Amino acid sequence: MRIIRPTALAVTTLLAVASCGGSDSAETTDTATAETAGREQTDAGPASDDTTVTLVTYESFPTDGTRVNELLEQFSEESGIGVEILVAGDTGTMLSKAELTAGNPEGDVMWGIDSTFLSRAVASEIFEPYEATGLEAIPAALTDLVPNAEATPVDVGDVCINYDIAALADLGVEPPSTLDDLADPAYENLLVVQNPATSSPGLAFLLATIDEYGDDGWQDYWSSLVDNGVEVVDGWTAAYYERFSYAGGDRPLVVSYGSSPPFEVLFAETELDTAPTGVVESTCYRQVEFAGILAGTEQPDAARQLVDFLVTTDFQEALPLDVFVFPANADAELDPVFEEFAVIPESSREIDPASIEANREMWIDGWTDLVIG
Amino acid sequence: MNRLPGWVVGLLVITPAVGLAVFYAWPFVNLIVEAIDAESVRAVFGRQRTWSIVWFTLWQAAVSTAVTVVVGLAPAWAVARFDFPGRRLLLSLLTAVFVLPTVVMGAAFLALLPDSLDRTVWAVIGTHVVFNLAVIVRTVGTMWEHLPPEMEHAAATLGASPGTVFREITLPLIRPAVTAAAAIVFLFTFTSFGVIRVLGAPGTRTIEVEVWRRATQLGQVDQAAVLALLQLAMLGLLATWSSISARRSARALDLRPLSRPRRARTLRERVVVSAVAGTTAIVALAPLCALVVKSVSTPSGWTFTAWTDLGSAEIRPGITLGLDPLAALTNSLRTAAWTTLFATIVGALAALGIAAAGKAGRILDAGLLLPLGTSAVTIGFGMLITFDTDPYDWRSSWWIVPVGQALVAAPFVVRSTLGVLRAVDPSLSLAAATLGAAPVRAWREIVVPHLWRPLAVGAAIAAAISLGEFGATSFLSRSGSETLPIAIEELLGRTGSVLQTKGYALSVILAAATIGLVMLVDRTGAIASGRAVERPGEHPQQGAGSRSSSVTDPASGSTAAQWSTDARR
Amino acid sequence: MRGADVRLAGITVAFDGANILDAVDLTIRSGEVVGLLGPSGSGKSTLLRVIAGLVIPDAGVVTIDGKDVTRVPTHRRGVGMVFQDNQLFPHRSTIDNVAFGLKMAGVDRSTRHARAAEWLTRVGLGGFGTRSVTQLSGGEAKRVALARTLVTEPSVVLLDEPLTGLDRELHDQLVGELAELLHATGATAVIVTHDADEAGAIADRSLALDDLQGAGSTVRDHGNR
Repeated sequence: MRIIRPTALAVTTLLAVASCGGSDSAETTDTATAETAGREQTDAGPASDDTTVTLVTYESFPTDGTRVNELLEQFSEESGIGVEILVAGDTGTMLSKAELTAGNPEGDVMWGIDSTFLSRAVASEIFEPYEATGLEAIPAALTDLVPNAEATPVDVGDVCINYDIAALADLGVEPPSTLDDLADPAYENLLVVQNPATSSPGLAFLLATIDEYGDDGWQDYWSSLVDNGVEVVDGWTAAYYERFSYAGGDRPLVVSYGSSPPFEVLFAETELDTAPTGVVESTCYRQVEFAGILAGTEQPDAARQLVDFLVTTDFQEALPLDVFVFPANADAELDPVFEEFAVIPESSREIDPASIEANREMWIDGWTDLVIG
Repeated sequence: MNRLPGWVVGLLVITPAVGLAVFYAWPFVNLIVEAIDAESVRAVFGRQRTWSIVWFTLWQAAVSTAVTVVVGLAPAWAVARFDFPGRRLLLSLLTAVFVLPTVVMGAAFLALLPDSLDRTVWAVIGTHVVFNLAVIVRTVGTMWEHLPPEMEHAAATLGASPGTVFREITLPLIRPAVTAAAAIVFLFTFTSFGVIRVLGAPGTRTIEVEVWRRATQLGQVDQAAVLALLQLAMLGLLATWSSISARRSARALDLRPLSRPRRARTLRERVVVSAVAGTTAIVALAPLCALVVKSVSTPSGWTFTAWTDLGSAEIRPGITLGLDPLAALTNSLRTAAWTTLFATIVGALAALGIAAAGKAGRILDAGLLLPLGTSAVTIGFGMLITFDTDPYDWRSSWWIVPVGQALVAAPFVVRSTLGVLRAVDPSLSLAAATLGAAPVRAWREIVVPHLWRPLAVGAAIAAAISLGEFGATSFLSRSGSETLPIAIEELLGRTGSVLQTKGYALSVILAAATIGLVMLVDRTGAIASGRAVERPGEHPQQGAGSRSSSVTDPASGSTAAQWSTDARR
Repeated sequence: MRGADVRLAGITVAFDGANILDAVDLTIRSGEVVGLLGPSGSGKSTLLRVIAGLVIPDAGVVTIDGKDVTRVPTHRRGVGMVFQDNQLFPHRSTIDNVAFGLKMAGVDRSTRHARAAEWLTRVGLGGFGTRSVTQLSGGEAKRVALARTLVTEPSVVLLDEPLTGLDRELHDQLVGELAELLHATGATAVIVTHDADEAGAIADRSLALDDLQGAGSTVRDHGNR
């Protein structure tokens, strides 16, 4: 008998906990996401509606404390629609999860599929097409990428090699100026990149090298990078916030954005006149990011309202300083700090979508075999 | 028992059978259908990498098994032949290590090894060895106990030196146990998932990991299905081969009573036994200690923030990992509660049905063992791609993860209960019948009271399995409702030390919970001394299904060593 | 073949704090067959094992043919032993069991098989060679065990309750066979038994161990045959 009572007690307690949490209502997505803390509830105010939309996004999207989050709260107050941010990992993983849950999505709106992964998203039909109001403010160059309005362009960025000026100076090396430089022994063991299978800047950088060296040459290039001690991490936050020397790691060269330097100026502890990090312009690859309504969402109307909001000028103007990308909305004005320190390369590389669609799998597989093993 | 009305027996058998059919058989078939696609088959098998992954999976399993066997022989000998202070403790320690969740074991070794060895293949193999030591020590040790020392003495009087005795007498006679144990260890290491995910470098991939990667990172479900089937086919071959060779080498050993281990007498014996026992204990304890240490230390000093600040996984102010460690804990508890409930109910029904029904019962028994032979990854993957269209789109249901886990846990409830059911004296219910009790009433009065204990044991086992389950959950869990193992893997995959310390802290919690449940089960096992424990050879064994029973240690009556399989992947 | 002198001096064996054997002295002449009497658990089996080398005494000296073998391991002592439950190797055939000692001595296959077959015939089991030992009856197994030990022609043969537990008929039959075999080989032998009649029938003299507990004493002589 000695074993039975404590076990029975334990099981009953667990069941009590369970019945508080578990439910099999139809709104499982919401309840499942709503009950776990760690994601910021941004619905404040007297929301008479109980509607909450879940915005699925990648790791580097701020969940709390920035202007972007403030604006989302405002949106909630005005529309009565709560917005909950669900961080789903890196872009590649986020996309795969969406593919696996197609029709029964983990959220309602997804932010962050970019031009390098877009064709996969479209092919798996994870999005519900929607033409957002306010689309006219977005340049045709961007909307042309989604001719059937599967998703809405929300921002633009350049993925480039960033370098820590002081760290390089300490090492006594000049900042690199070309992709070739990165393979030079002078820069041995200094570079950290992201895995293109899971990370969109990682994929963008891979595409940049493919653009530079062509189908026949990019593998040799990456072999030389491997020989030169390149480090690979899964996502941008790991690379930039953990491995980059400016954040305390030991790699002064990192794949990041043209808009990263302003970030460092803005959040520096002591005031800075110049950006402490620089950008290697010749390595830049242009990336467009999209937001889309996940097919199968339980509240398409609310989702549409959110997407509309995401392209409004107000929201778009908050993007540069909080998400470190350029707004897609041409009417949005840029913050002076951003304008001063952000690097906008004269020409940024791009590979045409059809080519990406046809070869991406092969390129990623080839890269994986070569670099990771 | 067989006086129960037919419809009752029918119900008892049908319910678990239906569950098995819907949640296991159907996804299984679906997986095959998904994989039979010329293009994906060509893509998978045409890729050089596939073959190197297959090769890697095989050789790391072989090496892990070989090393585990060699390392495990000395402690098996010590435990079989000698009674030393702490003998029971050592066995419990090894069992405790054995039942740890795979991610926790990986985390423990990550904590233990210096950076230079981190994430190397040798780290993985080393982890496998320590993890599976209990299998060798208990299985081989038990058989060794059945080998009378006098037989070895006889050989000595005939002129055989100690080395020759071992080679000519001991080894051939314990070989069936060694082979059986090695087969189990090979199975586990072949399908190793959690350990590799946590401890392996990105390029270290077994077939299992590749299935997961293709499906959840690259979105190539069809290719993942092909790989999953490839693994199943290989497992099937291995199981068949091992059961054939087991049957062939089964020797009618003159079943002697167990020779009781004795105290070490001479100084030399004492030194050797202490050295062996001590080393084994250190090897088993060190990773766990490292885990605790690493949860409170970072390169910059000691800190308890990982513990006090368990509610967030912040990378930077405002930027988080998207999971809440504390919430992961409650998720795990909740899932465990439901899994335990499902597994216990279904397991109890099945056990009753199997005991009452004749042939149908045996079929059900064999069927319930099937999920154990399939890897958890395959189960989770199959379920994910099967229940994805209305009206059975259950991917976001709160109960899908517990059901997947219950598939793996229910057989243990059955095992635990069936042993007792069959041991219940049939003449008791006959007596009740002659006294006028209707069959159901007699059954309720006589049989049911015996069931609570084995059900409690089964429930505890199911809970432990659920807490540590990683393979199936990797597929079925949704963002925002991660369980502890998932959270641990994510946290430990970061390079930032703060997040890693949190990963270690969670690992400590998970380890404590699992070990606590093991202690609970082990005590019952000891109390029930053999009744709640399956006796080898009694139940239909399906190929490698023999592994679920061969690890029984009748002497200490522990069932804890039984629930080896899938639970840990 | 000449049996060896066996001499035990001051043998003390302690176990769990108590002395099983306490300063035991015993001398056995070459070729003698000695019976060791006493109830179960009195330590007589332990004494056998001391002679065999399976138990190292805490104090005392074992001498065989004048050589101090106290620290010599069993497999080099040349002492044969027949165990109470025979301890036949189940994974070897009957002939391989019998030939085992010869194999250890380095005798080549054909010779050792021939000698083993010879001994099997001698114990009345001619033709049993290929049979599995697990299929042997009690009496047959006992004879195989004897053959296995004696085929190596050890200078000292130890028998631990060899006929205990056998049914009356078999027992009486084997008593005669055993006595004959032991005397024919000329080995020095020690038989442990709790049956005084049995000892009387086989041994040249019998000794008792029952007053061995307590401070050292010589084993009491129960008289000659």
